[in-house]
Amino acid sequence: MANMAQSIRMALHYGEKHLDVKDVFGQDVGAPMGGVFTATQGLETSWNTPLDERGIVGTAMGIAMTGDICVAEIQFCDYIFNTIDLLKIAGNTNWVTNGNVSLPLVLMTPVGAGIRGSVYHSHSFDAIASRLPGWKVVMPSNPLDAYGLMLSAIKDPNPVMFLKPKALMRVRGEELIPGEPANEKELKAMIDQPVGGSAGWKAKWPNLEEHLVEIGKGKITRQGSAATVVTYGRHVLMCNQVADDLKKEKGIELEVIDLRSIYPYDWELIKTSIKKTGRVIFVNEDTEVTNFAEHLSYRVTQELFYELMARPKVLAGKNLPGIGLHANLEEASVPQVPEIKEEVISLLQEIP
Amino acid sequence: MGKKLATQSTSQSRSKSKSKSKSGSSGLPLSKQELTKIHDLMVKSRALEERMIKIYKVGEAYFWIGGPGEEAFGVPLGMLANKGQGFDHDWLHLHYRCSPTLIAMGMDFLTPIRLIMNKATDKCTGGRNFSNHYSFPEWNVAPVTSPIGVQYSIGIGTAWAQKRRKAKGITIITGGDAGSAEGDFASGLIWASRKGSELPMLITVQNNKWGISTHYDEQHGEAHVSDRGIPFKMRTAVINGNDPIESYIRLGEEMAYIRKTGKPVVLEASVSRLFGHSSADGVNRRDELDCLEEFEKLLLKKDVLTEKKIKQIKDDYDKEAQNAQIKARAELSPEASTIWDHFYVNSESGDWRDF
Ligand SMILES: Cc1ncc(C[n+]2csc(CCOP(=O)(O)OP(=O)(O)O)c2C)c(N)n1
Ligand SMILES: [Mg+2]
Repeated sequence: MANMAQSIRMALHYGEKHLDVKDVFGQDVGAPMGGVFTATQGLETSWNTPLDERGIVGTAMGIAMTGDICVAEIQFCDYIFNTIDLLKIAGNTNWVTNGNVSLPLVLMTPVGAGIRGSVYHSHSFDAIASRLPGWKVVMPSNPLDAYGLMLSAIKDPNPVMFLKPKALMRVRGEELIPGEPANEKELKAMIDQPVGGSAGWKAKWPNLEEHLVEIGKGKITRQGSAATVVTYGRHVLMCNQVADDLKKEKGIELEVIDLRSIYPYDWELIKTSIKKTGRVIFVNEDTEVTNFAEHLSYRVTQELFYELMARPKVLAGKNLPGIGLHANLEEASVPQVPEIKEEVISLLQEIP
Repeated sequence: MGKKLATQSTSQSRSKSKSKSKSGSSGLPLSKQELTKIHDLMVKSRALEERMIKIYKVGEAYFWIGGPGEEAFGVPLGMLANKGQGFDHDWLHLHYRCSPTLIAMGMDFLTPIRLIMNKATDKCTGGRNFSNHYSFPEWNVAPVTSPIGVQYSIGIGTAWAQKRRKAKGITIITGGDAGSAEGDFASGLIWASRKGSELPMLITVQNNKWGISTHYDEQHGEAHVSDRGIPFKMRTAVINGNDPIESYIRLGEEMAYIRKTGKPVVLEASVSRLFGHSSADGVNRRDELDCLEEFEKLLLKKDVLTEKKIKQIKDDYDKEAQNAQIKARAELSPEASTIWDHFYVNSESGDWRDF
């Protein structure tokens, strides 16, 4: 079973082979490294850029303007902040040109904490990304979805931001990517660059097939009727665990929704679930003040107010300037399993 | 490990070098006292970095990044800096390979070791940041930041404030070769060199030929990063940063020029990256020229030091570094509740739950 780094790599290979991707680029994206998380190893179209994030985003926009298809990377989303005005322009180009000019590009970047990445390898970007109208924003929680979302992102005529939960890059999925060999070791031997380096090495790609995850469509990962938990990225795994624990310990069944797309988002899925449960908590790790979940929560109060049995909750990262390196600090800064569980229990206990 | 860097032979300068020889009995252009001082600090800095790498390797730190291989440049820079707080002292905007400079300025071993081990006693970051991310207001040492290159624009501000006062201090900036592609580097050049508003800045680049896994040639078209100062009519220099004698003399000259004229210099130093980029790429010794080994060979040849003396210096610092680790190990970790500390100055709360 592929891990997420391998699945992204396979999606990019599928992209360059079948979807006309002409460039995959960013810092240390090409040989010899193939990306700091190895997600671009062995690709034919990958190359290394100067250490210049604005150059990377600008280049992607220019390539897209010509109609060529590219996937660009910002090495860590912590370093994307000096490109914000270019991201604004990428988002508003189709709109401001009256539909004359569109920018079909994919920008991928690792996000989130969970690897003891300290202040500058732990930022999240989903809340800010949701404030860049004109972009589509996706964030997978497992390798198969990463593959399917990447192919959809490449095919989409709009700028798409592909947020990679960095703590999940080595996590394996439960479902095979179509064409992927069932044996993990076999896959590794085919597409993982040998430790010695990239010289003389070529990936042997499996015969991959198209698999699309529609942008804007979420997924129910645990079914239940006690309360709805809406999340994405690595917090899907944590929320699933909370659901499993509560089921085992108390027989309580939560409904967990993996949003997968942050914008546009699957309102129908959220709405249907909340109508069933009457209780909802939104969980993510970006900072809590003007968090994207606050928009969802607001919408819930406007459209589902009289169906609610409890106040909607948002559990997100503390509104801090950064995430400290020591485990005590990191764990106190972004939601962890025990805190999610506690919040869910208090949501369940609320009497309307 | 004795591979010579090609850059050694290209060592050159566009400013006239007028290194006056104060040659001692060794026949080298520095006194014996200066040579042994430089050597001592280089050994000390290396001992610290090797200890920090060990701390990482045994799992007592999450991450290591640092400056082994840059001692021949960093130590002279620290020795020559006018250390202190306030406008009449230099401001230093350093990056994450700056331990040699800070050791030369007098940093002890406990401070960096507490930092890499994220102890509550880590006075630079409170257990929050990666190794070598120092901040020493008492020495005008600006915070080392992870985002590459920002020091080249932040340094403009300290130089501006110094210039306003006609202060004695200058602004010193260090950074990597790859990082000079960031717009901040261009900002530094443009702002430092405006006619009539020139700033007292020593803008340096430590060219180790790599940005993580990407070679210099794949990132730059210019022969030397420092050449980018030429169209701005800035004084530029390329030095062999693997040679502590050349570094000491040339840095001294360039700093004297800045102190005298108030005008900026762009200086590039070729250095080695002895243990790769960071713990992320394995932190194993690389086959690059080792400035310390080379310097020791020279000092032995010129009878400035003996093998025995060198070994003793090294053993003493190794011991000191080990003791610092033992001491730090016994210290407390930062408490979860400290995450809100220093959100604002003077303990004003930034937690909305308190509003
Ligand atoms: C703005 C920014 N982009 C990317 C990174 C990730 N990164 C850390 S070090 C590095 C390479 C730096 O190379 P160079 O400037 O030559 O310095 P060296 O590490 O070689 O001393 C990169 C890309 C970063 N820290 N900051
Ligand atoms: Mg470099």
